Amino acid sequence: MFAYFIRRVLATIPVVLMVALFVFSLLYLAPGDPAAIIAGDQATPDDVERIRSSLGLDRPFLVRFIEWLWNVVRGDLGVSIFTNLPVSHMIAQRIEPTLSLMCLTLFISLSLAIPMGVIAAWKHGTLIDRAVMMVAVFGFSTPVFVVGYLLAYIFALQLDWLPVQGFTSISQGLWPFLRNLLLPSIALGLIFMALIARITRATMLDVLSQDYVRTAKAKGVEQKTILFVHALKNAAVPIVTIVGIGFAALIGGAVVTESVFAIPGLGRLTVDAILRRDYPVIQGVVLLFSFNYVLVNLAVDLLYTVFDPRIRY
Amino acid sequence: MRRREFLRTTAGAAGLLTAPYVARAADARILRFVPQANLANLDPVWTTQYVVRNGALLIWDMLYGVDDKLEPRPQMVEGHEVSPDFRTWTFRLRPNLKFHDGEPVRSRDAVASIERWMARDSTMGLVIKKQLESLDVVDDRTFRFRLSAPYPKMLFALGKSSTPCLFVMPERIAKTDPFKQISEYVGSGPMRFNKNEWVPGSGAIFERFAGYEPRAEKANWLAGGKRINFDRIEWKILPDAATASGALQNGEVDWWEQPLPDLVPQLKKTAGVSVDIADPLGNIGSFRINHLHPPFNDVRARRAVQLALSQADYMRAVVGDDESLWKEVPGFFTPGTPLYTEQGGEPLKGERKYEAAKKLLAEAGYKGEPIVLLVATDVAITKAQGDVTADLLKKIGMNVRYTALDWGTVGQRRAKKEPPGEGGWNIFHTWHAGADCVNPAPYIALNASGGTAWFGWPKSDAVQSKIEAWYGAADLAAEKKVAGDLNQAAMDDVVYIPTGFFKGYQAWRNNVSGIVKAPFPVFWDVSKT
Repeated sequence: MFAYFIRRVLATIPVVLMVALFVFSLLYLAPGDPAAIIAGDQATPDDVERIRSSLGLDRPFLVRFIEWLWNVVRGDLGVSIFTNLPVSHMIAQRIEPTLSLMCLTLFISLSLAIPMGVIAAWKHGTLIDRAVMMVAVFGFSTPVFVVGYLLAYIFALQLDWLPVQGFTSISQGLWPFLRNLLLPSIALGLIFMALIARITRATMLDVLSQDYVRTAKAKGVEQKTILFVHALKNAAVPIVTIVGIGFAALIGGAVVTESVFAIPGLGRLTVDAILRRDYPVIQGVVLLFSFNYVLVNLAVDLLYTVFDPRIRY
Repeated sequence: MRRREFLRTTAGAAGLLTAPYVARAADARILRFVPQANLANLDPVWTTQYVVRNGALLIWDMLYGVDDKLEPRPQMVEGHEVSPDFRTWTFRLRPNLKFHDGEPVRSRDAVASIERWMARDSTMGLVIKKQLESLDVVDDRTFRFRLSAPYPKMLFALGKSSTPCLFVMPERIAKTDPFKQISEYVGSGPMRFNKNEWVPGSGAIFERFAGYEPRAEKANWLAGGKRINFDRIEWKILPDAATASGALQNGEVDWWEQPLPDLVPQLKKTAGVSVDIADPLGNIGSFRINHLHPPFNDVRARRAVQLALSQADYMRAVVGDDESLWKEVPGFFTPGTPLYTEQGGEPLKGERKYEAAKKLLAEAGYKGEPIVLLVATDVAITKAQGDVTADLLKKIGMNVRYTALDWGTVGQRRAKKEPPGEGGWNIFHTWHAGADCVNPAPYIALNASGGTAWFGWPKSDAVQSKIEAWYGAADLAAEKKVAGDLNQAAMDDVVYIPTGFFKGYQAWRNNVSGIVKAPFPVFWDVSKT
């Protein structure tokens, strides 16, 4: 297992490098000019050219890529064209809000979705099943920003229970932290909850029709134990897979959620950087996301062995 | 109950009772402000973004500052002497000026700052640089310009509010290559920048500088005593307009610099929120034409569009039906300012002349070639203008190639001089701040010097000669006469087509007072209860 873990971690390096090359090439080929944005609307073409030159944007593609790669290998992600701050510093400033948002979203959506899916499967074909699926369809088909605005309107503007925007670090207290993150986590978690609930229901339906479940029922095992101990554990592999895949979807959703709720996270950093063609920041963030995604997939693979001991690497 | 216990309990209760008042008093010392855009950097010479200028106004002070009459008033300067031929200008700094690091402001700091600014200010700074024979430090508080030609507009140049403004930085910072960004934000203005709490894209913190000595005069825009009533000014970057609106309604922020026009009716109905015009000088929409390539290298094609263009259509698309926010302007200068004139503006007045436009296009030899219209769809104002233009060009029989891009790409593409079919362009839209259109000096869009002119590269000797004449105009009457002739020449040669004059709103909580109308947020004399 340990050897497998090391092999997988090492295998992430070429994947991340490929992503890096792809992102770098894409940015190089994409239209848009940070120099023109920096110079502003009143700048002359000469001004723009001089800024481009001072930023090194007029150098050949390969020179820039190799230089960047060499710096990344040494742990230097470069300096933002616009803020003049190190990219690693900018990412460090943004990690806590995004991680907090993702963790709370995962916590809320998993704690609701799995019981919902299990109950829907158990009460298959009943009103409860239909109600759960209706909630899932609603969650799945409503865009994050619509849910976000609705929640902010009701809970912040009308009821004045929670703030419209912002982020407070957990170091300043649990309640201030949760106060800011509840609405965005629910908004972002709704789609994830719907996805997990549907997958849980479908997998549980399959598992509940297995012989060993029937045997357990015949032996008089309690319904709760059958559902949550025997069946759910066997249904966990596809659920864990979807959670892993959904992690990527969460990153995408976080971009919108962070904008709607003004959370200073990595999603907003990415959007701002793309709009301004801040190449070092885009490269740094995408590299981080890809590395993160590879690690999540690795974690999912390892979790398979926990839920299904028959799986060996 | 023992005496001590009783005292402790009552003291605790009193503390609880007074806590909200203490908290409110502390809150009154913090102003939460939503700026127009993200404060992604803070070098006001390196970039010309208005949001950077607005932040810089808190950190750095200026030698002169314009008041609401656009008159330059001394700010860091105690006084000046000028030779009768306007070629030698000597300035003396106020005593006891201090930078945020405790160092005194000396004339060598001012000289280094002027040199960096001159290298980047393509409107007035470069003109001074071209005529500069020497810029010398006379003593710690005195410096002197010697010019090869008269330059009567010196004070306006040193105090202008259009970007880049001349901010005075310590010499060691001002020595930075003007095309590279500074990384130390040390000024002598009323607030110091807290770099540690700066999260670009999220927020920026300015803290009161105790060593700042405001001038004795009452503040007026960038002139006079800049008295700050807050310990902290927190800039909160809220890119989503609906979120910013919600935050203001909920009392999470105090002042929103630029609300979206669509949200203003809701804000006006909200108790506890005030809404008013932000900038009395407003903005002028721009239909920018590429003069290098057919059909618009022929003035008849440019005049055809001018005859058919309806400013009302553009303004309704940009700011909506609230007619108090916009007006048609058959001229290039900012309405309500001394040089505003409609001389030569007839083509933009009255009924639009589509048939005459078609005839002029035919005379210009236009035969249905594609017209590349660059539209930055991520900026509401340019998107709205682009849509109206597409419709207008179709009406006069032009073959429009609507090229939807983001602003960053328009910025790159508009610099290309190649023919439109080879990656170039024919038309793009933008807008100019009214403060930049008050006279020809900061008005780069009116420059018609050909290859060295702004994007579109218009060439008109008549326009250029009038601009030069304005620089030599000795008084306002002479300036007005020249401005009339300049407006006429620029209309005749269709340097660009103004699409109308429009204003924007600002909004704030009612417990905030002292907010004034200006082309930039004025924080001095604002207070909060």
